[in-house]
Amino acid sequence: MAQREILSPLPGTFYRKPAPDQPPFVKEGDAVKVGDVVGLVEVMKMFNKVHADAAGRVVRFLAENEAPVEAGQPLLVVEG
Amino acid sequence: MARAIRKILVANRGEIAVRIIRAAHELGMEAVAAHSSADRDSLAVRLADEAVEIGPPHATKSYLDGEAILRAARHTGADAVHPGYGFLSENADFARAVEAAGLIFVGPTPEAIRTMGNKALARETARRAGVPVVPGSDGVVKDLDQALAVAEGIGFPIMIKASAGGGGRGIRVAADARELARELSQAQSEARAAFGDPGVYLERYVARARHVEVQVLGDGKNVVHLYERECSMQRRRQKILEEAPSPALAPETRERLCRSAVQLARAVGYRGAGTLEYLYDAERGDFLFIEMNTRIQVEHPLTEMLTGVDLVASMLRIAGGEPLRLSQQEIVPRGAAIECRINAEDADRGFMPSPGTITELALPGGPGVRVDTLAYAGYRIPPFYDSLVAKLVVCAESRPAALARMVRALREMRVEGVRTTIGLHRELLLSEEMRSGIYDTNTLERWVASRP
Repeated sequence: MAQREILSPLPGTFYRKPAPDQPPFVKEGDAVKVGDVVGLVEVMKMFNKVHADAAGRVVRFLAENEAPVEAGQPLLVVEG
Repeated sequence: MARAIRKILVANRGEIAVRIIRAAHELGMEAVAAHSSADRDSLAVRLADEAVEIGPPHATKSYLDGEAILRAARHTGADAVHPGYGFLSENADFARAVEAAGLIFVGPTPEAIRTMGNKALARETARRAGVPVVPGSDGVVKDLDQALAVAEGIGFPIMIKASAGGGGRGIRVAADARELARELSQAQSEARAAFGDPGVYLERYVARARHVEVQVLGDGKNVVHLYERECSMQRRRQKILEEAPSPALAPETRERLCRSAVQLARAVGYRGAGTLEYLYDAERGDFLFIEMNTRIQVEHPLTEMLTGVDLVASMLRIAGGEPLRLSQQEIVPRGAAIECRINAEDADRGFMPSPGTITELALPGGPGVRVDTLAYAGYRIPPFYDSLVAKLVVCAESRPAALARMVRALREMRVEGVRTTIGLHRELLLSEEMRSGIYDTNTLERWVASRP
């Protein structure tokens, strides 16, 4: 079982939920397919979706909700 | 009770924080920059006498954290707080908390913020002050009979708007009574699905609307106006370029418009700098009040260039208890002014934000040119806030001269390392729409879409 990191495509603020009052896009233990939305990165008030570029099960998140992130920073680990 | 400010805490960031610090220094005040961890290297922090870190980058944990800001004010011994624009600038509870802490809030009273911040209350206040508002149903329409009666009074076409909508969402237009009958129920169920609230109201539909706003200054007793700004050049409801005076207004209309703004500001005993936004119906030639912004605005330098009045210094003096220094007769607009908002965005790629490090910066100069910016060479624009890099403002003896001066200034301006909208502005300044001055709030998006 290989582990893969999903990286932030842009610098900005990372969000795990589509809106503050909604559940996260994915949780630890969830299965994701390539192309699934796993979070958002807000760059200068523009929201960009983060898509999974590997399929598998979410092992853990490396960035918290609303955390500042850099481009290329690992956001979560997927095992598959 | 007059109590001149000695030390002002600036509860904001970017170019407006720089602007407030400059005004404070000119008035002999000390300035404290309250900043997030992402803004340690900001120009505001460099220019301020003191800086206090109030939290992490995310604005909810720093620039929107009223408690953290008040702690910073107490810690530094500041006696006043300037909220700038955005963030907590129109938050009545924050204004009240500042006053409860024994500090001066640079702005209107919490009551005035609350009254004008509530759309229905502001509309009612305007009507009582004799200021025309956009004709519409008073609140939610109950049924089709009521909707038809309202539409009869206002005339077709008519706009159906979701009460819980906003930002252009949940709007439909009905051309006649038949369409209204059909669209009303659809609009209601759509509003229920989209916003969880089926309430809709009706408003006059204005095909070619211009956004014109009037600057006012009040000291709690007297109010003066500083003429209007034309802000119709918008993309997705964000202003891109503004000018003053509005090329659309006849002198007599301008006079009535500005007088109405003073009436309304006086009705709420307005204190500080404020802006009354109007929709100008170019076809009918009437202006209709929309809302009041109870703070300094991004585009305030236009008015400063046009009238020579320092609005930010005026705010600080008024907050310190001074009465207005200028009578209405002493405020005289001269020539024309234009502002271009230079954003860190790639206009050729859907206005994609472009944060990053500014490697090279050349700012324009010469007569009648002003640049308000957060930038310096080597500055890294953080990705967490808005994309405004600089406001390039020019004034000249006439509108054609101001246009020529802006073209010249844009040619001199260079920002390397990030994408900016300088090139877009160069094209826009040469467009027929801008040259003629005949444009409305839909013009810019059409023009952007037609670019090769």
